[in-house]
Amino acid sequence: MSIQTVEDTKVKAFPAKPAEVIAFTAKARRRIDLLAIAGRLATALVPPAVVILVLLVVWQVACSSPTASLPPPSQVWNEACDLIAHPFFDNGPQDIGLAWRVLISLQRVAIGFGIAAVVGVALGALVGQSVWAMRGLDPVFQILRTVPPLAWLPLSLAAFRDSNPSALFVIFITSIWPVIINTAVGVRNIPEDYRNVARILRLNQLEFFVKIMVPAAAPYIFTGLRIGIGLSWLAIVAAEMLTGGVGIGFFIWDAWNSSRLPDIIVALVYIGVTGFCLDRLVAAVGAFVTRGTTAK
Amino acid sequence: MTAYLKLDHIDKSFSRGGQVSEVLKDIRLTIDAGEFVSIIGHSGCGKSTLLNLIAGLTKVSKGAVLLENREVDSPGPERAVVFQNHSLLPWLTVYENINLAVSKVFGRTKSRAERHDWIMRNLDLVQMAHARDKRPAEISGGMKQRVGIARALAMEPKILLLDEPFGALDALTRAHLQDAVMDIHARLGSTMIMITHDVDEAVLLSDRIVMMTNGPAATIGEVLSVPLARPRRRIELASDRTFLRCREAVLKFLYERHRFVEAAE
Repeated sequence: MSIQTVEDTKVKAFPAKPAEVIAFTAKARRRIDLLAIAGRLATALVPPAVVILVLLVVWQVACSSPTASLPPPSQVWNEACDLIAHPFFDNGPQDIGLAWRVLISLQRVAIGFGIAAVVGVALGALVGQSVWAMRGLDPVFQILRTVPPLAWLPLSLAAFRDSNPSALFVIFITSIWPVIINTAVGVRNIPEDYRNVARILRLNQLEFFVKIMVPAAAPYIFTGLRIGIGLSWLAIVAAEMLTGGVGIGFFIWDAWNSSRLPDIIVALVYIGVTGFCLDRLVAAVGAFVTRGTTAK
Repeated sequence: MTAYLKLDHIDKSFSRGGQVSEVLKDIRLTIDAGEFVSIIGHSGCGKSTLLNLIAGLTKVSKGAVLLENREVDSPGPERAVVFQNHSLLPWLTVYENINLAVSKVFGRTKSRAERHDWIMRNLDLVQMAHARDKRPAEISGGMKQRVGIARALAMEPKILLLDEPFGALDALTRAHLQDAVMDIHARLGSTMIMITHDVDEAVLLSDRIVMMTNGPAATIGEVLSVPLARPRRRIELASDRTFLRCREAVLKFLYERHRFVEAAE
C-alpha cells in the first residue's frame, strides 16, 4: 500500500518537468551550466577533501600524546615548514629543495624507464610474434618479474661497480616486465586481417612493426607502460636509499639517520603526488596516441 | 591461348594434431582476363580457402595456381583482396589507409603528387573522396567496404579478389555496392573473383558462376555461364527469362547438393 502511494506522488510530479524546460532562456541555461560545472567539481573534490581532513584529525589526535612515536601533523607543519613552503631552494650541493630532489629522481626514472620502454616493446614484439620465442622466454619472464627491485641491487652493484648505473639498472629491470608482457599480449591479439593486409602489401619486418604492430598493440603497450612507470617510481626510492646521491629516496634515508621524522612525512607526500602525476601523464599520452584505435 | 589465371589440379588439406582434413580436392578452373567469376557454395565448403589460395595467403597442398603462367606461392599486391569485414586500419584515416597501399606499391615508380592523384582517383571511383579525412570508425559499414574496394583497386591488381564483400551489409547498401562494383568492372575491365552465398548477387554480377560441392574434399560441381548483356540493370533483370533460368539453375544445384548432404549424415 505504502509503495503505491509513493508511486502515485511520483506520477503526479511528472507534468511539472516539461514546463520547466520550456521556461529556460539562453542566459538561464548558461548560468545553470556554470552551476552544473561547479556542482561536478564539488562532487569530485569535496569527498577527498573531507576524507583527508578526517585523516589529519585522527592522526593529530592519535599522535598528540607525549609518548607517541610519530609526529602529529601540527608538528610536521612547524618543523618542516621550510621544506613545504620552499620546494626550490638551493643552498649548496647537498642542501636543496625537495622539488629539485624529485626532479633528480625523475631524471633517473626517465633514463631507466626510457630504456625499459624501448627494450620492453622490442622484446614484447618478439615474444608476441614468434611462438618459439614465447615458449622459451615467457617462463623466464614470469619468474624474473616476481623478483623484488632491491634483490637486484647487490648483483647490479657488483656488475657495474658504481652506484649510479646500478640504480638505473634496478629501475630498468623492475619496470621492463609489464611492458614486455603487455606488448606480447597486444601483438598476439593483432587481428589476422591486419596481418593479411600486410602480407598482400608485402610489408617488410620493419614496416610491419612500425605501421601495423605498434599502432595495433598500442592500447596494450600503454597499459604496460603505465604499470611499468609506477613500478619504476617504486624502485627509484628503494634504489636511492642504498646508492646515495641527492634524489628524493636518499633524502628519506638521510632524514631517518638524523631523526627528522617530519621531513620524511613531507617527502612521502612529494613521492606520492609525483607517482600519481606520472601515472596520469602516461595514461593521458596513451589516450591521446591510441585515440580511434579501439573502435572498429 | 593460355589462360590468364589457371587453377591446376589443386588439393588443399589442413593437418592439425596428426588429423588430416581434406578441404578442397582436384580444383580445375581457368579464368580469362577481364572476366567476373563468382564462387558460390554452402558455408564450410572451402570457398574462402580457395580465395586464400589464389591470394597466396594459404599454400596449396598439391597442384598450382598459375597467373599468366607464373606460379603463385605468396601474397602480393597484384592479387588484391577485399575482405569481408573491410580490414581497414582503424588508426589511419581513409586517405592514409589507401596511402599505405599506394606508397608501398608505387613508392618507387610514382612521384608524391602522382601518388596523391592516384589515391584521389580511386576514392572518386568508389565515391568516397568526401570522407578522405575520416577514420573508419566514423563512417558506415557500406562506406568502409567502398574504401576497402578503393584500397584494393589502388594496388592496380591483375586480379581483384572479393571475399564475401557485401555479406555484412544490409540489402539496400548491398545493392548500391553491387552497382558500384559492376560499374568499376565495366570501366576498368579488371578481372574479378568474388566469393558469395547470395544467388541473386552471383547471377547479377558474374560472367560465370562456379558452384562448389559440399565439403569435406569439396570440388567444383558445375560452372554456369551467365549470357546476360552488360550493362545489367537489376530492375529489368528481375523479369528477364535468362536471369531467372540462371538463378533457377544455381538454386537447384545448391538445393539438391544440400539435400544430398543431409541424407548422407
